[in-house]
Amino acid sequence: MPSADNGFALRTDRVSRHYQMGAALVHAVDDVTISVRTGEFVALLGSSGSGKSTLLNLIAGLDRPTSGGVFAHDRNLADMTADELAKHRSHTIGIVFQAFNLLPRMTLEENVELPLRLAAVDRSERGPRVREAIQRVKLDARLSHRPAELSGGEQQRAALARALVNRPTILLADEPTGNLDSITGDEIMNLLHEQPRAERFAHRMIVIKDGKLGSDGTRP
Amino acid sequence: MKFRDLAELAWRNLREALLRNSLTTLGVGVGVASLVAMLSLGVGLQEMANQRISRSGLFDAILVAPRTNFRGFGRGPQNNANNGPDLPPAVPVDENARKTLEQLLDVVEVYPEIRFPTEVRYLGVPYSTVVAGVPPSGRTSGSYDGMKGNFFSGPSADETILQIEFAKQLSPQTSSLIGKDLVLRYAERQELPAQGDTNSKASPGADDADSSLSSGFSVVPKEEKLRIVGIVETEPAAGFGGLGRGRVLIPLQVAEKLRVAQANDFRTMLGARPGKITYQSLTVRVKSPSQVKDVEDSIKSMGFETFSLIDATNNLRLLFAVFDLLLGIFGSLALVVASLGIINTLVMAILERRREIGVLKALGATDGDIRKLFFMEAGAMGLLGGFLGVLIGWTIGMGMNFATSIYLRRQALPSITVSSVPWWMVASAISFSIIVSLAAGLYPASRAARLNPVEALRYE
Repeated sequence: MPSADNGFALRTDRVSRHYQMGAALVHAVDDVTISVRTGEFVALLGSSGSGKSTLLNLIAGLDRPTSGGVFAHDRNLADMTADELAKHRSHTIGIVFQAFNLLPRMTLEENVELPLRLAAVDRSERGPRVREAIQRVKLDARLSHRPAELSGGEQQRAALARALVNRPTILLADEPTGNLDSITGDEIMNLLHEQPRAERFAHRMIVIKDGKLGSDGTRP
Repeated sequence: MKFRDLAELAWRNLREALLRNSLTTLGVGVGVASLVAMLSLGVGLQEMANQRISRSGLFDAILVAPRTNFRGFGRGPQNNANNGPDLPPAVPVDENARKTLEQLLDVVEVYPEIRFPTEVRYLGVPYSTVVAGVPPSGRTSGSYDGMKGNFFSGPSADETILQIEFAKQLSPQTSSLIGKDLVLRYAERQELPAQGDTNSKASPGADDADSSLSSGFSVVPKEEKLRIVGIVETEPAAGFGGLGRGRVLIPLQVAEKLRVAQANDFRTMLGARPGKITYQSLTVRVKSPSQVKDVEDSIKSMGFETFSLIDATNNLRLLFAVFDLLLGIFGSLALVVASLGIINTLVMAILERRREIGVLKALGATDGDIRKLFFMEAGAMGLLGGFLGVLIGWTIGMGMNFATSIYLRRQALPSITVSSVPWWMVASAISFSIIVSLAAGLYPASRAARLNPVEALRYE
């Protein structure tokens, strides 16, 4: 980790994201300030529509805040150009979606290779990195399968491999078990826990309610 | 993203919607084919016209005449006061002039225009006709390709080639005339002995011709037997002859040897240098029509009057340029319609791949990557459509040539090439197809690049 980040992988500073929906102004995220240290494993909780996904989108650089700042390794995403944000998503962030979002026309191997293509990684480097990521999620036997030929759990593991293949410093998982049964969901959570150094830090739970920060504390 | 990765993704996307993309590419191909077929017709007709023009001998030739020829009788070439202050002294068109003109750059040949009305006898029956001398270049000009029989066996052979309409007067079975003889009756010019005028020889430095000055000539009827060796549709390379097209063609050298009395002989006799043989005009043939102007200017500066149809060729080129432009515009219309097909296909692809675009952006694709991806898909359709179109267009052109040949053969006419697809047209058509396709991809590519990733990911 760079020393300039003061030990914080990311933090938000009174970040807000408001939408105009017709005449109504929706406060999807409202004045939220949180910080996450390098290696920390944080769960963001909240009911449906509470603003979790919007906050994750802001942190991922997929969306821009209405006010406040989002800092990844002390770089304010609000100051970044569109191309810099794309680079941020490519090199710093790994995202796992609830709906997996694998590209249906590509095989598992091609899906996992995609972030490396986008990051213009040399072809000679890609093969080993893709295989390493796939081995990590135990899908070696499914390399040439398309997403439709995989189970939900396998698809989410493939999505996890894709999120990890570029060796991001921040891994965001938006309800990664939301579309899975409890056993498969546990498998995915175990895999997420297996990420380097994650287990060495105290687990925190941040609760979001109606776009605002509800509570922020260590897990009992 | 690297170019190769973009190309692979674009190719994969094109393969996934194979039927739709194939139909769109076929649409581009039909558009390009229409353009190629139209332009190939224009180019083919232009090439044919150029070939015909070249064979006509009108557009690469310059008629050279003495300047006084255009100012009426009685004004000798030495009368420089009449030539105007800016013009060089007028020079007679004689054998010396012929040799001088032959030395000019880009001049292929110089020959006198020998063309005279006379009478020929075939099987004892007299026929009035026009006899014309054919220069040696006639053999290699391609003008006599497709004629019945053969060209003259030599430059001084006592042989003749008949124009077919005249040949039909001699015999309805024109082929049977080949190998037969006809008798040319003509008026030979015979110089009269010089008069005892001592003053004419007094001037030192006068050229040799002056020593043979005569007071005139007599005209003696003569006959020459000629072997018919060929029949030709029409007189090729008719030049600017004012006596109409020759119907009995003989080698120029033979025509010169005959010393047939011609109209300008009377003018020469009455002029300031009687007895010196001058030509009514000389034809100067240059390597290509584009050199006519320069050579013509040189000849004018030497004191001759000149005439060429260079303006007519320029007008003809202009006409064909406009013709090609119009054909190109009509041909391009189909390509414009095809470009709408590309826009439609790519806009549909954006709708279908909205979520995919969102995923790509979430994984780190820049707006530029997405734009390039769609551009590449449009360009690939243009490239493939271009190749396909050129192939179809070329086939249509070949079909037109084939059909035209069959039609002309049925009309007992020689076949011609109406459609021509030169290499530059192939390259231009494919390039044009790619450019039009890329232009068509501008809007979809820009729209895809501008997609908000959050909204795109939400899209079901």
